[in-house]
Amino acid sequence: MLLSALVMVLNKNAVNSAMCMIVTLVSTAGLFILLEAYFLAILQVLVYAGAVMVLFLFIIMLLDVDKGNNYEYLKQKFAFFAQLLGFSLLFFLVFNSFSKIYLPTTELVQISNVGEAGTIAFSNTAKSFGQILFTKYMLPFQVIGFLLLVAMIGVIVISKKQSTDTEK
Amino acid sequence: MNFLDYIIPIFYALGMVSVFMTLCAYSVLAERKVCSLIQRRVGPNRAKIPIVGHIPILGKILTRLGIFHPAADGLKFLFKEEITPQHVRIGYYYLAPIVALAPALTTMVVLPFGRYIDVNGMVQPIALANIDVGILFILAVSSLGVYGIVLAGWASNSKYPFLGAIRSTAQMISYELAMGLSILPVFLWAASPGSDYGLSLFGVVQAQQGLWLIIWQPISALIFLVAIFAETNRLPFDMAESETDLVGGFHTEYGAFKFGMFFVAEYAHIIMGSALFVLLFLGGWHFLPGVADPWPDGLFGILCSTSWFLLKIFFMIFFFIWMRWSMPRFRYDHVMHLGWKILLPLAVANFVFYIFLIAFIDNLTY
Repeated sequence: MLLSALVMVLNKNAVNSAMCMIVTLVSTAGLFILLEAYFLAILQVLVYAGAVMVLFLFIIMLLDVDKGNNYEYLKQKFAFFAQLLGFSLLFFLVFNSFSKIYLPTTELVQISNVGEAGTIAFSNTAKSFGQILFTKYMLPFQVIGFLLLVAMIGVIVISKKQSTDTEK
Repeated sequence: MNFLDYIIPIFYALGMVSVFMTLCAYSVLAERKVCSLIQRRVGPNRAKIPIVGHIPILGKILTRLGIFHPAADGLKFLFKEEITPQHVRIGYYYLAPIVALAPALTTMVVLPFGRYIDVNGMVQPIALANIDVGILFILAVSSLGVYGIVLAGWASNSKYPFLGAIRSTAQMISYELAMGLSILPVFLWAASPGSDYGLSLFGVVQAQQGLWLIIWQPISALIFLVAIFAETNRLPFDMAESETDLVGGFHTEYGAFKFGMFFVAEYAHIIMGSALFVLLFLGGWHFLPGVADPWPDGLFGILCSTSWFLLKIFFMIFFFIWMRWSMPRFRYDHVMHLGWKILLPLAVANFVFYIFLIAFIDNLTY
């Protein structure tokens, strides 16, 4: 997984990168399975590998991004900042995991204590996900849904303005 | 953990794969035979294996039925010359058939195909892995199958396959939505309050002990059926191949065994699609609407339920083939129109309707 992620970032061919990203996503799902979070793993494959990446690949192949020559320009401009950001994130990650001084992180809660009614025992089934999503985490869930809706409308507005000939 | 505990699942899996591949091979034969039946021809009736084919009466009947043709076809694919065109992107060109076939075969892991009574007297499904999110697993893994087609089209590096791949990708993405929405009411129906089956396919089958779901939810069944036809790239929707305007579609540049793998993948998808339809809407291994489970306990009951399930799958495969030879192909924009402007709103409306209906029924009963 790390290897494919590395290849994904370093490869110059856009299709290769996309394929490596699919491998990365599927192996992340594999990690979820090893952690016995089957539902999460399946959603990972279903949403990211199954739907999002197909669209990525579709667009890459359709527009033939490889031929674009602004790659070098982009590289010079942003490489330094990207490297800085990446290394600082990596540093924080290592620092956080191995030192005694913890940065403030979100507290991991035993999920079985979360359900307000506590009607069902925690298991890795889809049912307990639903239970928690619609009781404790109702507000974040709704907010995320609303954000996605806003993003969707934004995309429609942008694409309407730019393209003159819309699909029938 | 015993050493034997690791070995036995492997044998189960191998058995399942071999049954599945045989089914694939013989559904190719069925395709040719049903086609010839519809077109008033005889169909394949010549291939003959030396010793078996020369048994006086039986051998002749078998030859006439074309029983040996799948073997001959398979061998032909194996021994043909492997041609790799000069202009292809070589790595992806070889990867594509594998990517096409693997998800089609992986989905069968969660497929329950029969039932047995365990020591506690509970009804249990027979499946390689009985996970509680079976349907999601099938949807997820079969959605990976589209990469096979995309990669094949792109790696072939010529125009017809590329067009075929693009069409097929767009089509599969659009029909996945309608398919997902059409099976939501099924699971709402099956997972009544208090049941602990969740999203498992076994729970759906158990919920159909009375009337089958095709009677309760005909619109979901119709949408799901159409979406399956689109997902498997079968004829009313075979935009990926469409040999009248795209030569051979995405596998134009493929020959010999690589083409054979695409071919097997297509039939594996058909079998999975029909198995899914049988499980969700035709009552799985239940006998008839209203007559749930007349099978006796023990081994005989297992055999009965499994073979009844297989019989239903055969009927669905026949239905697929029947449709192929009696429907004209849609034009591409018609396919998109049907998917986005008819099926998707219909699926949403159907879903909302069943939400209210199920809430109403629950209020009546509790």
